[in-house]
Amino acid sequence: MNLLQDILVIDFSQFLSGPSAALRLADMGAQVIKIEKPVTGDICRQLYVSDVMIEGESTIFHAINRNKQSYAADLKNADDIEKVKQLLAKADVMMHNFRPGVMERLGLDYETVKKINPSIVYAEISGYGNEGSWKDLPGQDLLLQAASGLTWLSNNSNENPTPMGVAVVDIMAGTHIAQGILATLYKRCISGEGALVQVSMFESVLDFQFEVLTCYYNDGKQLPIRSAINSGHAYVAAPYGIYKTKDGYIALAMTDIVRLGALLQCEPLKQFSNASDWFDKRDEIKIILAAHLLKEVAGHWLAILEEADIWCAPVLNYDKLVKEEGYRVLNMEITVKTSNGLSVKTTRCPIRVDGKLLVSDKGAPMLGEHNEEIDAQFGLAKELQPVIKR
Amino acid sequence: MMELPLKGLTVLEFSQYLSGPSAALRLADLGARVIKIEKPNGGDAGRKLAIKNLWADDSSLLFHTINRNKESFTADLKNGDDIIIIKKLIKKADVLIHNFRPGVMDKLGLGYTTAKEINSRIIYAKISGYGKEGPWKNKPGQDLLLQAMTGLAYTTGDGNNGPVPFGIAVGDILCGAQLVQGIIAALIRRQKTGTGALIEVSLMESLLDFQFELLTTYFTNNKQPQRSMINNGHPLLSAPYGLYKTTDGYIALAMMDIYELADAINCKELKGFAKDEVFAKRDEIKKLLAKCFANGSSSHWIGKMHESGLWAIEVFDWEQMMDHEAYLSLQMEQVLNIPDKNIKTTRCPIRINGERLYADKGAPKLGEHNKQLMEEFGIRN
Repeated sequence: MNLLQDILVIDFSQFLSGPSAALRLADMGAQVIKIEKPVTGDICRQLYVSDVMIEGESTIFHAINRNKQSYAADLKNADDIEKVKQLLAKADVMMHNFRPGVMERLGLDYETVKKINPSIVYAEISGYGNEGSWKDLPGQDLLLQAASGLTWLSNNSNENPTPMGVAVVDIMAGTHIAQGILATLYKRCISGEGALVQVSMFESVLDFQFEVLTCYYNDGKQLPIRSAINSGHAYVAAPYGIYKTKDGYIALAMTDIVRLGALLQCEPLKQFSNASDWFDKRDEIKIILAAHLLKEVAGHWLAILEEADIWCAPVLNYDKLVKEEGYRVLNMEITVKTSNGLSVKTTRCPIRVDGKLLVSDKGAPMLGEHNEEIDAQFGLAKELQPVIKR
Repeated sequence: MMELPLKGLTVLEFSQYLSGPSAALRLADLGARVIKIEKPNGGDAGRKLAIKNLWADDSSLLFHTINRNKESFTADLKNGDDIIIIKKLIKKADVLIHNFRPGVMDKLGLGYTTAKEINSRIIYAKISGYGKEGPWKNKPGQDLLLQAMTGLAYTTGDGNNGPVPFGIAVGDILCGAQLVQGIIAALIRRQKTGTGALIEVSLMESLLDFQFELLTTYFTNNKQPQRSMINNGHPLLSAPYGLYKTTDGYIALAMMDIYELADAINCKELKGFAKDEVFAKRDEIKKLLAKCFANGSSSHWIGKMHESGLWAIEVFDWEQMMDHEAYLSLQMEQVLNIPDKNIKTTRCPIRINGERLYADKGAPKLGEHNKQLMEEFGIRN
């Protein structure tokens, strides 16, 4: 039996934060129905990324929304709202990521939905919470990275503040809302009670920084200083970082500098015999190390270090990674099919259950693709068919 | 305070550093009782791992950050008597988490098959670096190394920067987050079927999943994603997406229509670019914008863009952020209840029924709960 067999999730969310959480629930066996605006649908459908499209829709929409169904409904139309409410009456989970106040205006806020279905788990993701002065600002990933101090943690100190090049705040918020949904669903199994679960992207990006923020709260509030070169982590001593060699890059994690000097035959490193210097003089150490590592190829250095069980690795890009046996053995790639016969290669759920991979070949739905099927499955009023247009 | 959702569940945490412990911390904050099983001599190696030489007691501040709200039980897993005790704990537990390298728990006689024989309802959750098969399975599962090997270091920084890692242990944290999802989903199934589960996650698979948008695009066009040469915000996104320097700081610009931007900031030259060139010519557009933004203050530009409804914000450091009412209104901080100490940390980011989840219990001393647990579980030495 799938972990979330027979769990029905009604998802009103768009873009990445909410939909990535719903994807994970779908991967674990839930039935996920996207409620989308007729004609345009989830705005992510139109988000053309790097000019790469699949069937006129963005590649990322297909990645985020595989294994889901789509139900087109106009939330400003009374008939459609009625059907959506009938659906919510049978749902286990409802989720959305509208800005604060929107669901109240549509009459789909928690208090209203709870009257329709007292045992529902109602989950919402906001940008900045529902109370502060930023509550109406757009909850967009880069803006949250910028507002939360996160951009002062990556790259070298002479570089501009540097955002992380993946939508990390959306994805963290997605994992947090999924955790809250699952925990309250678990409790519901015992008590029968529903719950309201709320996550904001702001709180999620603060939690993501919990180690370094706690340091800042307790060290007399000294702002982080990134190392001048080969920066890996603002709070970690040399050699932590990525280094260029004669033919590519290698990563070095925490290790004893004197021992490293001996292994690499880098004499000047041996003078740093005091371990506290590895943090205090990390730039000086990194400059010496960086110059030394340029003399030989990556494979040469890695062979020496791996032999000595030093924490090191080659730096790979996708072209190199996908050819590696260590990657292929994971079977991370799956191919999903949309209902009009299109195949899309993407990645699977990273969780394995009872030794099995969680895979499904169901591609992302076309807008409103499942209206009839869902009307039939849940006995929604037949005379109230919404107009479906692509 | 409401009854927390995972109240009544017991989690045994055989893990060190961040990935496993961060997962157990979340379960604790959601109401589970978490017992760290630590080796008698030194315990979790994370106890001795400090940043900025900050210590709470015998253990580092970092350890307290990750292990607050837990209990500690010491056991020598190479000692037969201790293994018998551990098996008694497993019998009463709901969840077991470990992040040993593949094969270690089996050698100790605590593998999944054994645990299941002791307790058929156990959710047995394990974290590895690279999965349990293949040539990398015995490599150290350390965050930076995984960032390096999964292509992640080519998403951040500018095109001429060389690979730039994330300055947070993102692989550990995501892997912990995925494990939590798998564990609770398995607990839900157990309520219906009565049987436990094996949940496995690796840092490598977690970081590949993290890059699913980039990888799906890569699989579609077979082109290594390229960071823009200046002001990179995300390799897949068009101008103006990125951070820009102003006369007194930096500003962040998300996706927006460049003509609306041109009007908002009165940059006529920007209209020389066609709208369908915003990806292909993003470096040129960004260069032009960088020149323009260098001539005014952050608040000036943010004011102009917000008037036009464009998605932009000032770049803050923590000091600026913490002075802001928007941060204060979250009430994200909590002070841990440790005698003679005043340690402040963050709370769980999830709110339930409108309540914030605070838990001010500090991290346990090594073996602090041995006696109590032995009595409670009726274990005799």
